[in-house]
Amino acid sequence: MTHAQPAAFGTAHSIAAAVRSGERTAASVVDEHLARIDAAEGEVNAYNHVMAAEARAAAADLDVRIAAGEDVGPLAGVPVTLKDNMCTRGVPTTCSSKILEGWHPPYSATVVDRLAAAGAIAVGKANLDEFAMGSSTENSAFGPTRNPHNLGTVPGGSSGGSAAAVAAGFSPLSLGSDTGGSIRQPASFCGLVGVKPTYGAVSRYGLIAFGSSLDQIGPFATDVADAALSYEVIAGHDERDSTSVAQPALAVSSKLDAGVEGLRVGIISEMVGGSIEGLAPDVLARTTAAADALVAAGATVDECSIPTSIHGIAAYYMVAPAEASSNLARFDGVRYGLREDGNNTAAMNTASRTAGFGDEVKRRIMLGTYALSAGYRDAYYGKAQQVRAKMAEEFASVYERFDVLLTPTAPSTAFAFGAKADPMAMYLNDVYTIPSNLVGHPAISVPFGAGDDGMPIGVQVLAPLMGEVVMFQVAAELERAAGGAA
Amino acid sequence: MSDASTGVSASGMAPVVMIDRGPDIHEPSIPDDWELVCGLEVHVELSTATKLFCGCANAFGAEPNTNVCPTCLGLPGSLPVINEKAVTDAMRLGRALNCTVQPAVMARKNYFYPDMPKDFQTSQYDKPTNENGWLDLPDGTRINVERAHIEEDTGKSTHVGGDGRISSAEYSLIDYNRAGVPLLEIVSRPDIRTAEEAKAYVSELRGIVLALGVSDARMEEGSMRVDANISVRPRGTDELRLRCEVKNINSISSLGRAIQHEANRHIDLYLTGDRPIQETRHWDEEAGRTRSGRSKEDAEDYRYFPEPDLVPLEPSAEELQAIDESMPQLPAAIRSELMTAAEIGVEDAGLLVDRGDAVFALEAIGAGADGSRVAVHLINNLADGVGALTPASFAELVAMETGGDLSSTQTKEVLAEMAGTGGSAKDIAAAKGFEAMDTGELDGLIDGLIADHADEWSRFCGDDEGDAKKMAGFFTGQIMKATRGQADGKVVAQLLNARKG
Ligand SMILES: [Zn+2]
Repeated sequence: MTHAQPAAFGTAHSIAAAVRSGERTAASVVDEHLARIDAAEGEVNAYNHVMAAEARAAAADLDVRIAAGEDVGPLAGVPVTLKDNMCTRGVPTTCSSKILEGWHPPYSATVVDRLAAAGAIAVGKANLDEFAMGSSTENSAFGPTRNPHNLGTVPGGSSGGSAAAVAAGFSPLSLGSDTGGSIRQPASFCGLVGVKPTYGAVSRYGLIAFGSSLDQIGPFATDVADAALSYEVIAGHDERDSTSVAQPALAVSSKLDAGVEGLRVGIISEMVGGSIEGLAPDVLARTTAAADALVAAGATVDECSIPTSIHGIAAYYMVAPAEASSNLARFDGVRYGLREDGNNTAAMNTASRTAGFGDEVKRRIMLGTYALSAGYRDAYYGKAQQVRAKMAEEFASVYERFDVLLTPTAPSTAFAFGAKADPMAMYLNDVYTIPSNLVGHPAISVPFGAGDDGMPIGVQVLAPLMGEVVMFQVAAELERAAGGAA
Repeated sequence: MSDASTGVSASGMAPVVMIDRGPDIHEPSIPDDWELVCGLEVHVELSTATKLFCGCANAFGAEPNTNVCPTCLGLPGSLPVINEKAVTDAMRLGRALNCTVQPAVMARKNYFYPDMPKDFQTSQYDKPTNENGWLDLPDGTRINVERAHIEEDTGKSTHVGGDGRISSAEYSLIDYNRAGVPLLEIVSRPDIRTAEEAKAYVSELRGIVLALGVSDARMEEGSMRVDANISVRPRGTDELRLRCEVKNINSISSLGRAIQHEANRHIDLYLTGDRPIQETRHWDEEAGRTRSGRSKEDAEDYRYFPEPDLVPLEPSAEELQAIDESMPQLPAAIRSELMTAAEIGVEDAGLLVDRGDAVFALEAIGAGADGSRVAVHLINNLADGVGALTPASFAELVAMETGGDLSSTQTKEVLAEMAGTGGSAKDIAAAKGFEAMDTGELDGLIDGLIADHADEWSRFCGDDEGDAKKMAGFFTGQIMKATRGQADGKVVAQLLNARKG
């Protein structure tokens, strides 16, 4: 049984053009998508909260403004789905955790405001692995999301709800967050384009933090052009985020048709060789095919080496939990969300956290607390930061010879529910995506055919800091090649 | 070792005079064969317009939970943006304390407490803004400063029910208005050897903070808070024994009492074969003793790590140069200028600086007034403040006094009125009928007195110095009585001595 209907009512580009020209109303577009959600959401479970009333009100308002001749922006009337770790003023924001039960943020994330200012209409808050900790969306307190391509498999994670919503045609665009691959891996599993921008390219203000030095918001789309358009809307400096890059959004749509003639593409040998366990032959075959397609289009492809890349997972599982253990301390039952009574404040804190957090979140809080504790900090957190610094040096030296790098996005196609019950097996899913987060570089996953099981396979293009223009340029070429092959 | 109860410091120099000194320390001084080892951690709330990481007002005394926003409430998804004014203020204090002012990294100090919204405090750890400076006490004693770093304040809890602590409270009320207010924590090395030095250190530091204008530094309002790390050792050794951190000290005089008490408590323990445990203790002002707080067993592991939501602070050479160029005159420099200009000692100069009268004094002296008279009036006759006086009007009055137009008694009277209601010295003196007496009039008076009191006059002229002095007083008194105090005492003395022949 499949519910895959990506861009069921058109791409973001086509919808925005039709709404701006008056050919379609925002209200009708929203109604079509809400009806689609009604029909399939029961089985997909992409959402924690469908914003039907808010979406209809926003659409009606937009139509009035369009009728009055106003330019309402490049995403006029385009329904978008928001990962439920992005604050939405007055709308429940849960991180798929019981600990945030009943919390209505008094403010919206910068990306939410920017989407609205561009004419996009939020239709729902998407399910995720609790606090974005996971690679399958099985860790949600509100039940797993199913992959629209095969309801028996996971959509990936942690932004599984955002990916499933676009794959199912609930909205042509969605936003996810990517701390170690949480946009790119579900994009690969669900047959979508998924973007992890340069760290700091998109404001994190209003994104409920997991690993603050790694987290980055990015879009899911059904094609590269839509991904580029939404990137341009959400990126650019935000004075409310101190780590925000002090420049406007890059014009990533500008070179989508430029081709790849003369570009130098590197294949990280550690990521396609035998040093990483569990790389499925069909995924390797599609990655090789992608490289061949780029050569056919005029690029040069060569192997290169990032020796620390195989230590990425180890470093990541020190840094991300360390930061999470601190970021999640505020969920203590005192000010908002779940409160379980106790005889005194400390007992109340403990009871609330015990009841409010799921197992994976508890596991990572403990791991991170340990990694930062006296006597261990240098050996764990400190060493992991050294690995990051070394990895950044290695990437910098590789980018002296290459414009972009090509890798698989995930080791396999979407797996069955419960298949990765061992946390270590689950963590290995992020082996190709984690290095970009550790060094803050941008990366994109582009669909490139299907596996032996008929499920989508994505390939990943990595680029240097603020290298999104060439990254999108190469992604567009791969999209053309994949389309030609299909 | 100093004997703090007599106020003589270790160096044997004159004691430091400070305001807010409070009553004398009643706590007995520590025995001569023991030595205090004390370091102070002083928190100063910066008086910036807004908080350290958000745009909320940094204001004392507002309705609870009105100066708050997502960031200072630590709401999920909120992010900090550092207040550049606070960073500049921190660097200015660092320069004033002779610190190395350096690139710094904000860090998270993790621990749970309900009045701390994020359950971590954003502070500085291994890369503080200011390190390795010093502060010289007025008597010349140098206290080294380990660091002066930037951090955010917490909210304020009121625990209702139980013994007033959180562990036994029925419920707690929290006001987050103070959460995120910028603080500087100034940590001294354990160089302080007497309670008087501790008080002098805090007083001097407060003077520097006030001169820089970075805080109102009011201990009673909590905008300046002092914690003391205290241990003792047998005199002549250089060991560092177990120390206790004493908190909840609310005035400079309490600081002296708390240090004496805690040091004596340690000595008593050692003398009875026991020893203190390393712990945090709270000063109980009413009971005049410290009480045990958190013990070492619950000591927190703060799990410091660099704050990933903020970028490193990297002051430019231009910023540092601008700070140096705009550095105001600090208390030590003002004191030394006053000591020269007014020919006074360090303690009187210190008193004027502490009272905030130093600049006024220097301006009056600059306007031509006699320095020592300026100092005498400010110290003795204007203890309640200069009121409506201006340096210029004050200088005019002092000039009238030193020129012999007014007696010192008259000057005092005019001064009181000028301070109270303003006005010029000349007008007030005229209105009071204080005309300068000419010496002819006084000569006539003296002639009459010599005729009427021949015995006394011969005693005044005699060889018995003590008796002559007594008679000088007698004649001066008679003249003052006759002139209703308007004669200038100095002139009278000159005239009497001239007649002696
Ligand atoms: Zn605030």
